[in-house]
Amino acid sequence: MLDTIILVLDSTFRLSTPLLFACLAGLFSERSGIVDIGLEGKILGAAFAAAAAAYVFQSPWIGLLAGIMVSVMLALVHGYASISQRGNQVVSGVAINFLAAGLTVLLGQAWFSQGGRTPALSPATRFESLTLPFADTLANVPVLGPIYANLISGHNILVYASFAAVPLTWWIIFRTRFGLRLRAVGENPSAADTAGLSVTLLRYRATIICGILCGFSGAYLSVAQGAGFIKDMSAGKGFIALAALIFAKWKPVNAMFTCLLFGFLDALAIRLQGQEIPGIGEVPVQVFQALPYVLTVVLLAGFIGRAIPPKASGIPYVKERT
Amino acid sequence: MGSVLCFSWGWGNAFETVYFESKNEIDAQVIDLIDQKGRATVAESNVPAIELIGVSKSFGPVQANKDIDLVVGKGSIHGIIGENGAGKSTLMSILYGFYHADSGTIKIDDKTTTIPDSKSAIAQGIGMVHQHFMLVDPFTVLENVILGAEGGALLKDGVANARRELKRLADEYDMTIDPDAVVGELPVGLQQRVEILKALYRGADILILDEPTGVLTPSEADHLFRILRVLRDQGKTVLLITHKLREIMDVTDTVSVMRRGEMVASRKTAQTSMEELAELMVGRSVLLEVDKPEVEVGKPLLKVEGLNVRDDRGVMRVKDVSFEVRAGEVLGIAGVSGNGQSELLAALSGITRAESGKMELSGESLDLSAAHNAAEMRTKGMSHVPEDRHRMGLVNKFAEYENSILGYHREPKYSKGMFLNKDAIRKEAKERIEKYDIRPPTTEMTAAKFSGGNQQKIVLAREIECNPDVLLIGQPTRGVDIGAIEYIHNRIMDMRAQGKAVLLVSVELEEIRSLSDRIIVMFDGNVVGERGPEATEQDLGLLMAGVNQEAAE
Repeated sequence: MLDTIILVLDSTFRLSTPLLFACLAGLFSERSGIVDIGLEGKILGAAFAAAAAAYVFQSPWIGLLAGIMVSVMLALVHGYASISQRGNQVVSGVAINFLAAGLTVLLGQAWFSQGGRTPALSPATRFESLTLPFADTLANVPVLGPIYANLISGHNILVYASFAAVPLTWWIIFRTRFGLRLRAVGENPSAADTAGLSVTLLRYRATIICGILCGFSGAYLSVAQGAGFIKDMSAGKGFIALAALIFAKWKPVNAMFTCLLFGFLDALAIRLQGQEIPGIGEVPVQVFQALPYVLTVVLLAGFIGRAIPPKASGIPYVKERT
Repeated sequence: MGSVLCFSWGWGNAFETVYFESKNEIDAQVIDLIDQKGRATVAESNVPAIELIGVSKSFGPVQANKDIDLVVGKGSIHGIIGENGAGKSTLMSILYGFYHADSGTIKIDDKTTTIPDSKSAIAQGIGMVHQHFMLVDPFTVLENVILGAEGGALLKDGVANARRELKRLADEYDMTIDPDAVVGELPVGLQQRVEILKALYRGADILILDEPTGVLTPSEADHLFRILRVLRDQGKTVLLITHKLREIMDVTDTVSVMRRGEMVASRKTAQTSMEELAELMVGRSVLLEVDKPEVEVGKPLLKVEGLNVRDDRGVMRVKDVSFEVRAGEVLGIAGVSGNGQSELLAALSGITRAESGKMELSGESLDLSAAHNAAEMRTKGMSHVPEDRHRMGLVNKFAEYENSILGYHREPKYSKGMFLNKDAIRKEAKERIEKYDIRPPTTEMTAAKFSGGNQQKIVLAREIECNPDVLLIGQPTRGVDIGAIEYIHNRIMDMRAQGKAVLLVSVELEEIRSLSDRIIVMFDGNVVGERGPEATEQDLGLLMAGVNQEAAE
């Protein structure tokens, strides 16, 4: 029994990681007043770039770097459209999603001729699981041993990075000057402007951070969790991350818990595939796969109380009426 | 916060100057004053704190500021008065680096300078308290004060320092405030205090206040003025922007008058009078008194009993309110905005559902806790001029003639089968434009492009011309220029003379006192007292602050 629980929780961590990166990415963006529907596209773009670069240069680190670069570039496109040009942020985000979905497959086919996939990565060119110190020695200690050895230890570095990013994000948002200004810009950009701050610059900085975190999320999918890029491999994670962000009421620690919840549902769905459930019989696998999405709809429809977004999110800042 | 937003004139003010009433010839005396502008300025000391020379600013075809000259003496309180849309806010925004002047020179402390952005304004010692506060609601007082001047990359570096400095400022200027209170939960009077502290914290020597008293009770306003005097005595320069003559007379040392984007005169406050300033503002003499003839009061047309209204957050906004309005009577509801007046109007007009309460309208009894709607109330003889014409009274993007039938568009006279009879609508709209002197006289322009006064006339014409028995009217002259105020007041008096019942809600005490036959005052959802129109401003002011002296005695 303990083993099963540990297995499910173990995969919960692994499945939560890309969501968590994306959710924190969205948090930075939306806290600054930029709604980002384009998380999905950035993750996908990053996943492709990371897999391609990791294959070509035979290094997961270069893959990660390439993923971040592509994601940041896409973020800057979104920033240009919605900050500098004051365009509609939803339209811009959707455009990025389409762009990424099409371009990754097209380039993948043109470069590697494997039907839009990138070539499979060998273990050396992926982020491999790390074994934490004493994991093996402690494995035989009852209860705590397996938890430490199998649950805490044995993930790749990006999993740890994603959870480390949570307190870091909290600290940046709530304890630094940059965080204060970022929140101000997302709530009332006029207040920031009259306080002598540049709304444009602050929002661009938030957008770039959003891009970097999406880069991590994408690279995780193709270079750590997977072994190469597959068409549409982000599978709606960007959207689920947005939903998680709303549950979390735009707070980093909450974000971690909501992402873990979604990850857990995902893990459960995988675990319960093809299994008999007492009293019901075999449940089609699609039911479990649909569970996170059903939960999203149900919770968003009113079980989380009122989630008040940053007041200025989605609204381009127009200073002078001309 | 709704009450604050209602004052949303802000940066858009300039647009009101597009079509201004110009029916009255500017008399010779005023033209003389225009010629003297610049030379008529009064220097307070040798070196002025601010000097503007020939500052102009236009927004597209609209000239918001035309060749402005202004001298503000150091260590003085300088008032700038003008009607809405006269260009006061635009001028101040130029000083604060929010807008850039098209031409002209700005001198601070006798040195020619440029103010490209707010940062530069702050650096040159200019602080501004905006008409709608530039505060971040979910932030604490302290966070708001340090925003942009945090004193280090980590918040904790500056916070202790800021806390000390804030306490010093608060003590020095009698502005006590809890630094850890969340700003959005503070009453507006205190929010304004945060704005002032914010400017002082940044070391402002020149403090600009844009329409600071719009949201304050009379006693809060008095406290503000005391603070301003202290600031002046300590050598700060205060620029007070307002359209209220009384404030100018009360607190300023010098006053400059703006009209239609121009600076028409500057005076020592001691050497001028309300009448002169009003005349300068409008360009003609104005009747500040309303002619209120004796009218025989008839039977009650509107009776409200035990009205309770809860807002959508579940907060009780109107608590057990009862009153009646008789034929030929104007009942004024005074109070600081946000004390339940808006919710009261919304419930009576059928827009929102009350928690409980009964209303008797022209003899018919209605349960207000049941669902009603505005159209139904209209058919029962009640019409409603809403408080916020932009949000409720008009569709800004619709043409004048379309706005003139909003809510009445189903009436047979406006229809041709299932289509609108546009010819009939336009014809009637034209008649109303003539009757109500709406300018410019066109049915085709969108409502947004009319000045505030003319927008209000469009709404007023629509709601009065349907000949209601009961008229609910909220903030009839908010953001309306003096000429139109006079006109609107006269129309309300006409309704009274015709034996209609008028329920007037206004935050302008003077308006309430001059129009009403009886005045009830609302505070925190309760009716705290009733007075006759002869009640003193002080008495009403205390009631508005929730103190009923008569009852206490």
